[in-house]
Amino acid sequence: MKRKMGVLILVLALLSSLLTACGGSEETGGADSDVIKIGVFEPMTGASAAGGQMTVEGIELANEVKPEVLGKKVELVIVDNKSDKVEAANAVSSLIDKDNVVAIIGSYGSSLSMAAGDIVKEKRVPAVGCSPTNPLVTLNNDYYFRVCFIDPFQGTVMANYAVNELGAKTAAIIQDVTQDYSVGLSKYFEDAFKELTGDENSIVAKASYNTGDQDFTAQLTNVASANPDVIFAPGNYGESALLIKQARDQGIDIPILGGDTWESPEFLSIGGDAVEGAVFSTHFTAEAPVTEVSDEFLKLYEEKFSKQANAFAALGYDAYMVILDAIERAGSADPEAIRDALSETADFVGATGYITLDENGDAVKSAIIKKVENGDFVYLTTVNP
Amino acid sequence: MAEDRLKVEKERILDRNTLILLGVLLVAVVVVDFFANDHVRTIANLCGIYVTLGLSMQLINGFTGLFSLGHAGFMAIGAYTVAILTISPANKEMNYFLEPIVPFLADVEWSFLPALIMGGILAAIFGFLIGAPVLRLTDDYLAIATLGFAEIIRVVFTNTQSLTNGALGLKAIPKFSTILWSWIVAFLSIVFMVYLIRGSYGKAFIAIKEDEIAARSMGINLFKHKVMSFTFSSFMAGIAGGLMATHLGTIDPNMFRIALTFNIILIMVLGGIGNINGTVISAIIVTAFMEILRFLDSSIDLGFIKLPGIPGMRMVIFSIILMLVVIVRKDRLLKEN
Amino acid sequence: MTLVEFMQHLANGVSLGSLYALIAIGYTMVYGILRLINFAHGDIFMLGAYLTYYAIVFTSMPWYVAFALAAAITGLVGFLLEKIAYKPLRDAQRITVLISAIGASFFLQNFATVVFGGRPKAFPIPSIMNKIINIGGVSINLITFIIPVIGLGLLAGLTYIIYKTKTGMAMRALSKDYDTARLMGINVDRIISITFFIGSFLAAVGGIMWGIKYPQLMPLMGSMPGIKCFIAAVIGGIGNISGAVLGGFILGLGEILLVAFLPGLTGYRDAFAFILLIIILLVKPTGLLGEKVTEKV
Repeated sequence: MKRKMGVLILVLALLSSLLTACGGSEETGGADSDVIKIGVFEPMTGASAAGGQMTVEGIELANEVKPEVLGKKVELVIVDNKSDKVEAANAVSSLIDKDNVVAIIGSYGSSLSMAAGDIVKEKRVPAVGCSPTNPLVTLNNDYYFRVCFIDPFQGTVMANYAVNELGAKTAAIIQDVTQDYSVGLSKYFEDAFKELTGDENSIVAKASYNTGDQDFTAQLTNVASANPDVIFAPGNYGESALLIKQARDQGIDIPILGGDTWESPEFLSIGGDAVEGAVFSTHFTAEAPVTEVSDEFLKLYEEKFSKQANAFAALGYDAYMVILDAIERAGSADPEAIRDALSETADFVGATGYITLDENGDAVKSAIIKKVENGDFVYLTTVNP
Repeated sequence: MAEDRLKVEKERILDRNTLILLGVLLVAVVVVDFFANDHVRTIANLCGIYVTLGLSMQLINGFTGLFSLGHAGFMAIGAYTVAILTISPANKEMNYFLEPIVPFLADVEWSFLPALIMGGILAAIFGFLIGAPVLRLTDDYLAIATLGFAEIIRVVFTNTQSLTNGALGLKAIPKFSTILWSWIVAFLSIVFMVYLIRGSYGKAFIAIKEDEIAARSMGINLFKHKVMSFTFSSFMAGIAGGLMATHLGTIDPNMFRIALTFNIILIMVLGGIGNINGTVISAIIVTAFMEILRFLDSSIDLGFIKLPGIPGMRMVIFSIILMLVVIVRKDRLLKEN
Repeated sequence: MTLVEFMQHLANGVSLGSLYALIAIGYTMVYGILRLINFAHGDIFMLGAYLTYYAIVFTSMPWYVAFALAAAITGLVGFLLEKIAYKPLRDAQRITVLISAIGASFFLQNFATVVFGGRPKAFPIPSIMNKIINIGGVSINLITFIIPVIGLGLLAGLTYIIYKTKTGMAMRALSKDYDTARLMGINVDRIISITFFIGSFLAAVGGIMWGIKYPQLMPLMGSMPGIKCFIAAVIGGIGNISGAVLGGFILGLGEILLVAFLPGLTGYRDAFAFILLIIILLVKPTGLLGEKVTEKV
């Protein structure tokens, strides 16, 4: 027993010295070496896996297209945050402390981005989100930026569509209370809808569910009994697809609207026929390329992946390019310099449009409205801010 | 026989092995605190927290033989208590944007130590309340009942928007937890456990574990001791939860699922059920390896070859290790230190 | 709420209940003989759904063949699980086996994440089953009725096996009194293997039905249903098959009706199962249909 203890204690001592040594020697990739490391933290597993994977495809494509800046090679360090807030925080810590990245891209999912917010602020490493739309991600955080629009805008876009295009006077909201994105977007939709209809009581029903739930029949029955003209149900593609399917199964024909998280192949495959006619807002469409970079991106994406590009890949592509542009303008790979250059980004020509980052670090962009028709996403219209 | 009994009498409470371990740990902690970079210090911090957790699980499972799966719940109580008490009123407002926080908590801002102790006390209170009805049940039922309570706690936290901010979780928790704090608590836990076990309470716990019916016929008040063990264990879990909250800076109810309890079970099993020193060492090894093996989840660049990352590989390896240890050791799993 | 809405809720509840019942049976059968909570059972259910998915999507076999094949393979997986994770520990303490069960469950979940990928998959629903029918103003998907029918059919088959065959008799003997049955010459290993096979087969069917009703497959999809179904088995009286079925229906119906009548408590839906569990454990620990077991010193 004593010998076993001795061995174990030795292992322990070895381990702690190993960790200390290991931790200290990770100097590669800093501002002075010949490799520039950019960290990527996205959900590759878990509830948001599809979104994360699509985004990473775009980032990796961009890295292939432009693998160097300032004469140095750009290396991507990709970490999976498992759609979990704690993992997101750990992932970002690890990227900054262990891998010494000079900038970070991520994450799909506003909650996940917000989990990392304090860390990037404290460690002073700039982060660029591709698709998180909740305003709190960049609010009061000089180190967080994003290349997409934010929910106050997205909420009004869908509210406008509901009132002006569909003639809705009443609406019901079904939100995922486990996601900041869903809760936030629902609130902005609600505010906009009430203002547009001029009716304080126009939201006739509200229901909620948790990420991971699969049965929404009870919520749907209750919501339907209030007879809304339209249902707004922003949430993850999986849960939303199930929700719409169950609604149709129960004979609920009310139009159902959503947000940018619906744009994924799984939404179509899981929803099947039921999601025909679903309308949602998103960032990008292959059918209405905005800039010449859009054309280029679409072509390259099709070549590499043999399928049509989606909004998240396009945003991932843009996030990477924006960072590289900032590095070029700053003339250095120092995180602080990159941050300053990022905050001055104006009229950057991206695949998803012209990107100018405002004082909060948000991009002022147009929204695209898409509809599901014949089992595919079809472009409806563009809404300018 | 009599000689053996005398030998036991003469034994010091803190045996040599434990003292050596404490000494080595003290040195290691100081070294890491001063010389290591932030990432390593984060790991070291987590190790300390898991030592306390592993020991609290040992108390209830290893020493008293009660299979409780409720740890995540008590950690949640501790974590949320500390978080709510220490987040500044301004940040509270930012957090509770959907539904404002209950008025009596809105302006509360405590300092670290009182909040931490409060977290432990609340967890202990719940441990007592839950333990009283539930500890009468046998093995399997106890496991599911405690799991049930942990899940109930999680669901309640997810839904009480004005108290806990529900599923949105809490951010901007002041990062009070440092290596010093976690390890002070860890050391205290180790010493507490050792004294408890070597004392008469500890002997009662072990008697209950070995043979409940015999213990009862010896006059040991089963129930009182079971509840006590459970309460102490919950107290420790609550404090560990509080440390975790102030270490991560952000918590949400989804963190406190059975997966968390699984980690702690792994630590306990690897350390040896009933083995305090073993638990301490396995806590450190498991926590450290969880981080080190992160590379299994992402791409490995060996220079000449690039192996694509396989997300989830880390946990597969861990579960295999757990099962191997359990199957290989089986009965030796229960041997005492 | 109107009668129509109530009927809709009822139909959903019965449907969910039969799903729970199918899975709960597996738990109760294993517990009856081995006194073991097979934590990995929920993940067997998940495997059944995934195997069916791959069978249909990657081969050209008709759906009924794919269903049967996938369920059989899952049964085999359950058989293997027993051999690897539980048999070596048959003489060890209960806590040890429980830990092994938890480890097995975690392994299966993470293995599924690695092999099947973290992105959800859409379950291929046979078009025959995916029809919306209208009964007296209530719109319901046909599948809601197919599930209880299949469930009851399987239950009938199981009851036949248990009460009318020698194997079934051996199972009953083992669960009544393990040691004596062993002494009577029953091939314990064989019976246990068969039990696991049957239980896993049923769970796989449950998984397939679940996939049809909720067509989103995820590696962790078995976690919560698994726990809930164990609770269903406990509520009905663990070790008792009719108890498992009863428990399944009570839980399924209860959940749906809870949300229907008290929509404000939607978030507590999962807790409902646990609260029921605690109540049963405190009031009648052996379950609604269970028998009291005294411990011999």
